[in-house]
Amino acid sequence: MTGREAHPDVSRGPSLIDATPKQQRNTLALWLSRLEGPQTMGRGKGFWLTLALAVLAAVIYPLFVDGWTVGNTAYFLVWTFMAMGLGVIWGYAGSLSFGQTAFFGLAGYGYGVLTLNFGAAYGFTLLALLLSVGLAALLAVVLGYFMFYGRVQGVFIGIVTLSVTLVFQAFMAQTAGPEWAIGAARLNGFNGMSGMPPLTIPWPGGDVLLYADIALYYVLLGLMLVVYLGLRMLLNAPFGNVLVAIRENPERAEMLGYDVRRYQLLGFVLGGALAGLSGVLYTAWGQYITPSSMSITAAALPVIWVAFGGRKDVTATLIGTLVMIFLYQWLTIYGSQYAIVVMGVILVLTVLFAPEGIVLSLMRWISARLTSAGGRS
Amino acid sequence: MLSTMFSFLFQFGDAFAFLVIASMGLAIIFGMMGVINLAHGEFIMCGAYTTVSLAQMGLPLPLAILGGSLVAGVIGMVLERTIIRHLYHRPLDSIVATWGLSMIATQGVLIVLGSTMQGVGTPLGSFTVGGFSYSTYRVVLMGIAVLLLVGLYLLFYHTRAGVIARATIQLPRMAQATGVDTGKVYTLTFGLGAALAGLAGGLYAPTMTLVPTMGATFMVESFVTVVIGGGDIFLGAAPAAAILAVIRSGMTAWQGQLFGQIGLLITVIIVIRLLPGGLSGWILGGRK
Repeated sequence: MTGREAHPDVSRGPSLIDATPKQQRNTLALWLSRLEGPQTMGRGKGFWLTLALAVLAAVIYPLFVDGWTVGNTAYFLVWTFMAMGLGVIWGYAGSLSFGQTAFFGLAGYGYGVLTLNFGAAYGFTLLALLLSVGLAALLAVVLGYFMFYGRVQGVFIGIVTLSVTLVFQAFMAQTAGPEWAIGAARLNGFNGMSGMPPLTIPWPGGDVLLYADIALYYVLLGLMLVVYLGLRMLLNAPFGNVLVAIRENPERAEMLGYDVRRYQLLGFVLGGALAGLSGVLYTAWGQYITPSSMSITAAALPVIWVAFGGRKDVTATLIGTLVMIFLYQWLTIYGSQYAIVVMGVILVLTVLFAPEGIVLSLMRWISARLTSAGGRS
Repeated sequence: MLSTMFSFLFQFGDAFAFLVIASMGLAIIFGMMGVINLAHGEFIMCGAYTTVSLAQMGLPLPLAILGGSLVAGVIGMVLERTIIRHLYHRPLDSIVATWGLSMIATQGVLIVLGSTMQGVGTPLGSFTVGGFSYSTYRVVLMGIAVLLLVGLYLLFYHTRAGVIARATIQLPRMAQATGVDTGKVYTLTFGLGAALAGLAGGLYAPTMTLVPTMGATFMVESFVTVVIGGGDIFLGAAPAAAILAVIRSGMTAWQGQLFGQIGLLITVIIVIRLLPGGLSGWILGGRK
C-alpha cells in the first residue's frame, strides 16, 4: 500500500535525509549531533551558552527563596511535558489533539490506584510512574490506531480526542459511591482521589520522599531537561523529519515510501505518554487528582500554551508554556474566573495576529537580527 | 407489552430529537464551511439564557424561544464578520479560535450572571400510557426535530437562497464570478448555524437547569452526530442521529445516561475506522 514492498530502494529513505556525515559511525556522537538541526531553532555557541545560563539560574534559584515557593515553581514544571508532547503532535505531526488531558487524567488516576494499593516501599512509586505512563501510551495506541488507520482528517482528531476526555471526566465524576473502588483505592467521584504517596527515590538509610519541595524541584528540572534535549535529538533525527514531511504534505510523504499512518500514530503515542507523565507528576506533586483535570477548560489550557509559544518549535513551546502558566497563576490571585477569560482572549488574539505563536515569532525576529548583525547567531 | 414498546419508542424519539436539534447548527457550519464550531455549546447557552430571560419578562414561551434563536444568530454573524472570517484558509486555527470564544463566553456569563439562573418549568404537562407518565413537551420536541429537518431540506434544495449557498460552498470562485457575494453567504450560513444552536438552547431550556457550562452537556452528543454523519446534513447527520438514538436509548435504558454517552463514543471511534468519510461519505461514495 505504501509502495515500500514494491520498491526496496525507497525503504532506505531515511538515510537520504540524514544530513549527518558518513564517517560519524559512533551512535552517541550521531545523536548528540542531532541536538542541532533543521527542525529545532537555536544552534551555535550563543544558543547553548544562553541555555546553560538559564539552567544555572534555575539551579541556584532555590537558594534565594523558601521551600514553599520552590514547591510552587515545581508545579510549573509539571505541565511542560504535556505541552511539549502536544507540540510534537500538533506542531510537528500536524494533527491537533484536543484531549491530551485524557492521557493526563488516566495516568494520574493510574498512579493513584497503584500506589494506594501497593504502597511506596522499595521505590514502587517509580514503577507506578512507569506503569501509569505506559497505560496512557496504551490508550494513545488504541485511540490512535482507530483514528490514523481510519485515515481521519485533522479536524476530527480534535473532536474525537476532546469527546474522549469529556466522557472520561463525566465517568470519573459519577464514581462517588463505595462500589467504585479498585482494590483499596476509592475513586471518590467529583471530589477525586487523594492521599497517595509522593514519588520516592530508594536510598540506603531511608527513601527520599519527593514532597512539593526543593528535592522534587530538582528532579523535575532534570527530567524536563532530559525530555527537552531528547525531543531535540528525536525531532532532528529521521523520525522528526518524516513527521514534518507528513505535516507539510502527507501525499508526498506517502509517495516517498513512508507509512504515514504509522508515523502519525508514533507521534501521537509519544505525545500521549508525555501527557501521562505530566499526569503522574501532577498527582504525585499535590497528592490528589480530580475529574476536573479532564474538563473542557483543562483540555483547552495546553492548546493555549502551545499556540501562544509556537507549536512548530519545541523550545518556543517550552518557553511559552512556562510564561503562560506563570501568567495564569499570577492572574488567579485576582480570581480564576478572570484568569480563564484572559486565557481565552490571549488564544483568540494569538490565532488572529501571530498564528505561528508569539514566542516563536519573537525568537525568529531575534535570530534574524543576530544574523544580520554579523552572523553570530 | 404495548406499553413497553411505547416506552422504548418514546425514549428513541426523545434521543433522536435531542441529537437532531443539538447538532443541526454544528452540522450546518461544518458541512457548509468546514469549520467545527467549538463555541457551539455557548450559542446553545446563549439561546437558553435569552429564552428564559424573555419568558420571565412575560413573553409567551414560543416567542421567547424564537427570540433566543435570533440573539444567538446575530451574535454568530458578528463573530463571523470579526473573527472567523480571517481563518477560513486555516481550518485548525478556526477551531482553536472558537474554543477561545467558548471559554470567554462561559466564564463571562459566570462572572456577570452567577453560577446558576432561575429556570422556567417544563410546559404542557404530561400524559400516561400503560402506567408510565410521559412529558407532552418531549413529544412536541420530536415533532419540531422532524419539522426542522424538512424545513432545512426545503431551504437548501428548493429556494434560490439555498441554491446560492450550495453553489458558494461547492465552487466559491465560480459563484463569485456569477455575481454572488460569497462573504455574505458565509456570514448568513454561520448566522444560521448559530441561530439553530440558539434554538436548541431555547427548546431545551425549560427541561434543564441553566448554568454557564450547560453548553458542554450538548457538546459530546452533537460532535458525535456530526463526525458519524460526515459533511452532508441530510444524508449524514439525520441518519446518524437515528442510528445513534437507538444506541443511546438502548444503552441508557440498560445502564443509565452516562453509559448512553459512552456507547456513543465507542460507536464513533469504531465508525471512523470503518467509514472515515462518515455516513454521507459512504452513501455518496457508494453511488459513484
